[in-house]
Amino acid sequence: MSDATAESVAEEHVHHPNYTRIYVILLVLLVISVLGPMLEIRIITLLTAFGIAVVKAYLVVKNFMHIDIAKRYIAYLGATSLVFMLLFFAGAAPDVMKPDGSNWEKPLWQQTGVDITANPEHAAHGEDGHGDEHGEDHAEDGSH
Amino acid sequence: MAQTIPADVPVHDEAHHEESFWSHYVFSTDHKMIAMQYMFTGIFMGLIGGFFAYAFRMQLAFPGVEVPLFGVVSPNEYNALITNHGAIMIFWVAMPVLIAALGNYLIPLMIGADDMVFPRLNRLSYQIFLVSAIVLLASFFVPGGGFAGAWTFYPPLSSTAEYSLTPLGSSLFVVAIALEFAAFLMGGINFIVTAMNSRAPGMKLYDIPMVVWMIVVASVLFMLSVGPLIAGAVMLLFDQNLGTAFFNPERGGDPILWQHLFWFFGHPEVYVVLLPALGVVAEIITVFARKKLFAYRTVLYTVFGTGVLSFTVWAHHQFVAGIDPRMAHVFTVTTLLISVPLAEAMFVYIATLYGGSISLTTPMLWALGFIATFLIGGVTGIFLGASGEDIYLHDTYFVLAHFHYTFFPIAIIGFYAAITFWFPKMFGRMMDERLGKIHFWGTIIPFNFIFIPLFVLGLAGQHRRIYDFTNYPDLAAYQPIRVFATISLLVMFSFQLVFFYNFFKSMFRGPKAPKNPWQANTLEWTTESPPPHGNWKELPTVHRGPYEYSVEGRESDYWPQNEPA
Amino acid sequence: MSARPIATTRSAAGMPTGRLAVWWLIASEIVIFGGLLASYIMFRLAHDMWSEQAAHTSTAIGAFNTFVLLTSSYFAVLGHKAAEEGDGPKAARYLWYTFAGGATFLAVKSYEWTTEILHGYTIASNTFWSFYYTAAGLHALHVLAGIIIIAIIAVAARRNEELHRVELIGIYWHFVDVVWIFLFPLLYIAK
Repeated sequence: MSDATAESVAEEHVHHPNYTRIYVILLVLLVISVLGPMLEIRIITLLTAFGIAVVKAYLVVKNFMHIDIAKRYIAYLGATSLVFMLLFFAGAAPDVMKPDGSNWEKPLWQQTGVDITANPEHAAHGEDGHGDEHGEDHAEDGSH
Repeated sequence: MAQTIPADVPVHDEAHHEESFWSHYVFSTDHKMIAMQYMFTGIFMGLIGGFFAYAFRMQLAFPGVEVPLFGVVSPNEYNALITNHGAIMIFWVAMPVLIAALGNYLIPLMIGADDMVFPRLNRLSYQIFLVSAIVLLASFFVPGGGFAGAWTFYPPLSSTAEYSLTPLGSSLFVVAIALEFAAFLMGGINFIVTAMNSRAPGMKLYDIPMVVWMIVVASVLFMLSVGPLIAGAVMLLFDQNLGTAFFNPERGGDPILWQHLFWFFGHPEVYVVLLPALGVVAEIITVFARKKLFAYRTVLYTVFGTGVLSFTVWAHHQFVAGIDPRMAHVFTVTTLLISVPLAEAMFVYIATLYGGSISLTTPMLWALGFIATFLIGGVTGIFLGASGEDIYLHDTYFVLAHFHYTFFPIAIIGFYAAITFWFPKMFGRMMDERLGKIHFWGTIIPFNFIFIPLFVLGLAGQHRRIYDFTNYPDLAAYQPIRVFATISLLVMFSFQLVFFYNFFKSMFRGPKAPKNPWQANTLEWTTESPPPHGNWKELPTVHRGPYEYSVEGRESDYWPQNEPA
Repeated sequence: MSARPIATTRSAAGMPTGRLAVWWLIASEIVIFGGLLASYIMFRLAHDMWSEQAAHTSTAIGAFNTFVLLTSSYFAVLGHKAAEEGDGPKAARYLWYTFAGGATFLAVKSYEWTTEILHGYTIASNTFWSFYYTAAGLHALHVLAGIIIIAIIAVAARRNEELHRVELIGIYWHFVDVVWIFLFPLLYIAK
């Protein structure tokens, strides 16, 4: 282990990439991610929305947070916490996403197009929104 | 290259003025004082948690009796007592004493640093912890009383005031736990960074004493597992107070989600408190067996393996909650798997003892007691880990006894082992060995007499969380066993007086302790007892691993880490 | 104020203490947001009818706020560069731009939430909105904490003090930005 003090560590200067270029790329990606869903094609929406989010996040983490030149274990640490979240998702999703458990049901999960509201006023509001006609076919998409 | 403190830098406040009571005891940033604050707060909360246990055990053994110092226990009070007994013992006793107090005290001293890396963050961490304890204690006095829906605070009992009957108590309970998490997150970052960055020159990764490794790994586990529950606590608070329905199936939420969020933290939490206790035991048995720790690296890898596995077992707490049976299979397998590394750790400790020149001092007795009792806890866990068998045993006293056979060794025996071992360093005086041994036997024997009968009751089908068993014809016949367990509890409690007498008498009147009373190797024994502010006049340099005992060809049977070859 | 302990100045792990601690902080934040968002995604995938609720969120406002945060991140990294060159006042100026970005974000968010609440979409009206307000609110709290710390550091940086902190708050700020990069599609775009 090195006995280096903080000063000498700080001296290894960060190589600064061209931040303006990265910033412009990020903005272009943002525009694409907003325009993509306007085509109203589900797969393109998902790709542009989440695919681009991953790319943007990668650019920020690599170039702004400098994870590429930080010690390797920092990247591992971040990856570990993400993997644990995936693990949590994998363990919990089979139960939470099932509309009826073994001994109880979540009846309102199965009804589509119904606004589940705390008070009736809001229910009325939700129902006259433009979502009603879409609600039905989205539900079909998700059912398989 | 030993680092010295430059004379012109005013590192210590007291160089300029006498420290006042407040700056020395209350607002200190010194890691040793913060450790003491955590420890005494933990002991105080432990007394409260113990008193709760006393009250509800009296109710179970002698239903309806007027409990001395408490009065008649009403059903709702009974629920509040067991709920808060559980929460206090885990979150306000085991966590502060094992992680925070030991971590704060030992990490800088054992790695040869003058303090934690962020002393003021450290102080803030304790202060938030103190606030969390006060919030919890305050919840007993609000209208409706303290929360009474079990320490796992499952919704809907915790989220709906009509069910819990404690509208304010349940919110305060959640707030207190969330604050406690915030405190330990700060403390954990401090511990990890200190151990990673501030080791003495020459101290390589494999020269770090095991207890420091264990506390650091425990902090990492805590940090990576608690996040979902912090999010969950926020969601639960909103369910309680803002009318959301995250956990309410009638309005599209899901109570099982809470159980996942809770146990994703709750199971690693078991290892968060277990690992420091395992580390303490490793330090003690090497010193008093005068032997090198058997297979240092294997222990370390075992700990890492346990840590990773501990994230994959959480749903074994939910086998009867209506979870997907296929997932139950998966979690059964991982649960049984995790007993492998821990069994290995036990064997490694026994191998360390093998052939050593063992001296049965009080700390050594506690360490051996830990191994023996924790073993029973671990073995009974295997029954519960099998999803089929758990259907019968779930929520019986078998679970409860298993759980106490793991947590009592961890939190109580681990604490006594640590305090009797490091007392000379902490307070500069020796404890009384004879009283220590009386206390040991007076604790360990009644402990087994309390909980072995509870295994029997559990197998007979006795459910937890029942206020008065005499109303159940099938269970009423077992009343003598309950009385026996309660009387054992009273005996055990009365022997704790011996400890407190010994503790406070030794603190003020015990014989002065030398620097290294146990002839141990690790760095904390190379400074004064108690260590001054800044720990060493000249910070040490490390030349070898922490467990070089009975090295052949040396005159003395120990070889301090800082001694040049 | 007492000087730092020697422990703080050591770096056996090959990284300055502060930077190491910020990364651990971020790891702990990943699991907090991760737990919340994992819960949201589970619910969202199982409730397709939430899309009609999500349709009421304003993509334009969300996109504008993304733009604001990206820009403020850009200034934060320029501040880091200036601080590394030893130019405290320049770093402080960039930090104040970042501060302005964070403040704009919060102002836009308040406007957005006010509109939505006035239209009847409150935190209790539907579990989608509960997640919407909880996730965005938790994120907004981080923005708020961030700009307060940025202000404190900018004041010191102007006097060329504690310049290494400019990098530390930058890392944190970029993390807050990254969280928003994921919240934006989750809450706004996916309808």
